[in-house]
Amino acid sequence: MSSNEFYNLQINGQTHAVKDAWIGESLLYVLRERLGLPGAKGACEQGECGSCTVFIDGKAVCSCLVMAASAVESEIATIEGLNSDGSLTDVQESFITEGAVQCGFCTPGLVMAVHHLLEHNQEPDEHEIKEALSGNICRCTGYGRIFAAVDVVIASRAEANR
Amino acid sequence: MTVLIPHSLNEAVQMLAETSDAHLLTGGTDMMVEVNFNHRRPSNVISLGRVPELSRWSVDTSTQTVFIGASVPYADMEHGELAVALPALAAAARTVGSPQIRAAGSLGGNLGTCSPAGDSLPVLAAMNAAIHLHSVEGERIVPFSDFMTGPKKNSCGSHEIITGVTLPISNGWQGYSKVGVRNAMVISVASCCLAWQDNMVLVALGSVGPIIIRCYDTEQWLNAQKLSSQTSITTELAQEFGRRAAIEARPIDDHRSTAEYRKHAISVLAKRLLQRGTQQ
Repeated sequence: MSSNEFYNLQINGQTHAVKDAWIGESLLYVLRERLGLPGAKGACEQGECGSCTVFIDGKAVCSCLVMAASAVESEIATIEGLNSDGSLTDVQESFITEGAVQCGFCTPGLVMAVHHLLEHNQEPDEHEIKEALSGNICRCTGYGRIFAAVDVVIASRAEANR
Repeated sequence: MTVLIPHSLNEAVQMLAETSDAHLLTGGTDMMVEVNFNHRRPSNVISLGRVPELSRWSVDTSTQTVFIGASVPYADMEHGELAVALPALAAAARTVGSPQIRAAGSLGGNLGTCSPAGDSLPVLAAMNAAIHLHSVEGERIVPFSDFMTGPKKNSCGSHEIITGVTLPISNGWQGYSKVGVRNAMVISVASCCLAWQDNMVLVALGSVGPIIIRCYDTEQWLNAQKLSSQTSITTELAQEFGRRAAIEARPIDDHRSTAEYRKHAISVLAKRLLQRGTQQ
């Protein structure tokens, strides 16, 4: 694939053509600036803050550290695609009701990290939650409200499964 | 610029032979930082994520060895069979970045970048890992002691691809410790791997020299005491062990720490690892 070629990315179940882009661009940049999917946020661009977290083939990764053109054969999922009808997920609802959103910049990455955690571990303990969110930095909340929001989701999902 | 995506090792080495200025990309956790900050503008990239030979790992009990492919993510080393076979590597893997980084980063990347702060490298040095390199001419296997030649320098040729490492299965206690300014998302200020293998102690240090430092003198001194990982040792002996390891460290002052602090940190890390390994 050379710099003049277009390439296609599979994002949230749809094919997106990337055109007129430098082929070395990060997936984060391509999502936001080329494809109009600004849900993933760009803050540190070095994998430290987690605000650009997306799923690639089911793994939660920092999209700023993925060369977009290397992801042509992968299934990419962004926060825009969590609920296909655009409604809020239980994690997003819980972030709102528990006051886990202040400036909101870290929220999409944290919501993705929480979904990823709960997909693999339905009843994580406090340590597992902290470990799973250790790659996402929030400078507003002090994390207490975020952990509270996660606890609410765990409890409500457990209730629903009863 | 081109981005090539080979689907087999043969295809990958062929592409590399035909593209002399290619950058090899696995998890991207080092390279994309440089690209994002315009410190690197790669002309051609070969992305190795779809090469199945690099994403395999195996534990072979008949030869008592573990093979870990160059693109196996750290997340796979943290738990399960690999963590049982190589507890120090699991401990080192758990200190890498964050879950997002550990889902992408790999030994191939750590070896390719070859930073003295590479978290897995002290384990590979202590365990005498064999590094597998492939080119169109075939395979070359290099012991870790001959692989890293300087800070961010290694003996991998521009026509070669790091395909994986072979290590012996652990047969004694082994551990890894790292000092940094916080727990998550931290580049090490000093790190140490200690392994009891075949009743001999092996020690390697990270972030305290231009390369990963094997403490051969300290190992020899301790092994001459005829201890084993079952022996309980005195505090004085552990302290002397730490002191000797710190003497072998060759740290510098830089933006992350000072040489003096790093020497002190190594003396404490080595002492603690010896105590942990002998008081089980």
